[in-house]
Amino acid sequence: MEQILANGLYLGAQYALIALGLTLIFSLMNVLNFAHGQMYVFGGFVTYTVVAQWGLPFIVGLMASAIILAVMGALIEVFLFRPVIRKSKRDESTMLLAAGIAFFLDAVILLVFGEKQRGVPKIVDGVFNWDMRIIMPYDRILIGVLAVALIAGFIALMQYSKTGRAMRALAQDRMAAQLMGVDVDRYSMIGFALGAMLAGLVGGLLVTITGINLGMGGPTSIKAFLMIMIGGAGVISGAIAGGFILGMMESVGLTVLAAYGDITYLVIFASLMVFLAFRPQGLMGKPWG
Amino acid sequence: MLRRSFLRTTALAAVASIAMLGAAHAENPILKIGFVGVTSGPAAAWGTSNQRSMETRAAWINETGGYDIGGTKYDIEIVSFDDQKDPKRAIAGMEQMAQAGIHYVVGPNVDDGAAAVRPVAEQNDIMYFPYAFPKELYTAPASNAILGMVANYQSGPAIYKYLMENNGVKKVAFVAGNESDPLSQRDSGAAAARELGLEVVSDSVTYQMDTTDFTPVLLPVIQTAPDLLVLSGVSPANAPQLIRSARELGYTGLISTETAQNAAVLAEGAGELANGFISVGGASTPDLASDMMKEFVTRYTAMFGEYNDESNTKVYALEYILATMAANPAAIEDIDAFKATMDTFEAPNPFMVGDAKLKYVGSSSFGQKRQVSVPLVVNVYKDGAFETLFVAQVD
Repeated sequence: MEQILANGLYLGAQYALIALGLTLIFSLMNVLNFAHGQMYVFGGFVTYTVVAQWGLPFIVGLMASAIILAVMGALIEVFLFRPVIRKSKRDESTMLLAAGIAFFLDAVILLVFGEKQRGVPKIVDGVFNWDMRIIMPYDRILIGVLAVALIAGFIALMQYSKTGRAMRALAQDRMAAQLMGVDVDRYSMIGFALGAMLAGLVGGLLVTITGINLGMGGPTSIKAFLMIMIGGAGVISGAIAGGFILGMMESVGLTVLAAYGDITYLVIFASLMVFLAFRPQGLMGKPWG
Repeated sequence: MLRRSFLRTTALAAVASIAMLGAAHAENPILKIGFVGVTSGPAAAWGTSNQRSMETRAAWINETGGYDIGGTKYDIEIVSFDDQKDPKRAIAGMEQMAQAGIHYVVGPNVDDGAAAVRPVAEQNDIMYFPYAFPKELYTAPASNAILGMVANYQSGPAIYKYLMENNGVKKVAFVAGNESDPLSQRDSGAAAARELGLEVVSDSVTYQMDTTDFTPVLLPVIQTAPDLLVLSGVSPANAPQLIRSARELGYTGLISTETAQNAAVLAEGAGELANGFISVGGASTPDLASDMMKEFVTRYTAMFGEYNDESNTKVYALEYILATMAANPAAIEDIDAFKATMDTFEAPNPFMVGDAKLKYVGSSSFGQKRQVSVPLVVNVYKDGAFETLFVAQVD
């Protein structure tokens, strides 16, 4: 049981970090960013290139992923989403744009980074073994701690910085925020850049553990959507809760249901359908509570 | 004046050279060979290694004057179609090949795609070389598909038997991805293991193909304490993570698979934890590779920046098609002539040292020769490279 809990917490931390970026973009712009998974993959490949190909320290790779994805996110918001949102009031316009960006990024990743699975050597060797009750490699513990630290840093940014307050205001009521002098365009761009940066950071963190490949984008996006549906779309605490709940459900399911075949996600999806029938807004409700 | 004359002469020489080059190229008729397989998405590595192997070899042939079939030199053109691992797209791809008048196609890479294209291939006189294992594709009345590699139900028993005799393996566990290819490979592998007298301690654990953390997946498998953990039909993307998770959970037994893997991917994803991992490979280990194989690897690397060890197996399909046509030039347009030639065809294997032969096999598995004879080279990974564990022949 201890091992199952440890696996669930580790999975939950990384899932929560993935979901945070997605929910931030949704809360600010009402955009379902289907390209979030591809941004995660891109971030992973950037860290791989910097660390494994160029031989630079892991932290440099992680920073490169964060910066490149932030710039990419800002450019996508300014040149793609902003004009579309301005010209079209229909939600499906931004959804189609996001799907198009996902396909485009898939093609770019294939061309630039190739089709192979890539990985970065372990950043910490050794395995923590508590009397065979919990076995956890040190690098996973480190990545889990870093993920939790990043989540804490993100919450602090949203709570205590001027930028965070502006973005929260935008998420609560876009019109009111604008009337109060919040520069909507500027903070939308910063929010999108921050969301993309989070995706890139998770990709960079996990490339040391899970590796990265071209096909991971789509499934990552689906899992991220699952998490924000559980927690409540556009709610930071909801994304974190959704991430940890999904991680725990996956860990428990894979162990308890192993004898029945690969039905863990079948059970998760079925449970989610029942849950959403009773609480369609997710656990934490609408943006920013 | 002198300078102007020099420039004019140089320009004339350049134009003449280009014209002559064009003329030299125009002399050779084009022979189109198709490829329908997956070159995007999670399994892109499988099809990309196929396509790049074919393109490397075709470029090499064209550069050296073309391929001699019945006294005529042909330039080879590879026509590729990405089926995205989708049977519907595989059918569309095969129809496109038929419309282009192509009679020989390499691929598809997976079971459902290979099964889906069968009617199209048979109606349009196309011989195709799938990397898929369902026996009904190769047994009569089917006759247009030729298995492009060694099937897991052929390599699996050979590996298990070797490990029983040499490593004292008694208990085996299987884990597979939740897709048709890995699941069917797991089932046939477990059946073969039982037939050999091995105790199968786990064969029900599966995983989603997009799993990123295999620790919870492998936990119940490792608890059964197998001597051998078989990663059935594992893709090169998942293999390093599975190996790493198994080792990190304290598993010290053997790990094997019947699919081809890539040493660089294993090195990056699992490092020294992958040492001892057993997989099926081709002929590029230093002790088996011929000079031609070594040049193929060099050319592939120069063309695409990096070699893929999966191409050790995938280099063969195009060579078989061309060599069989050379043995019977009527086969260029007539696939019945191709089929007739297959029964007696034999040529030196240019990619291996020694007296290995290119020939069609499969009589014992399929009742007819519908499989290329590639050496069953079982490799063991060690410190970033594969070493040959043993070599066997199918059929």
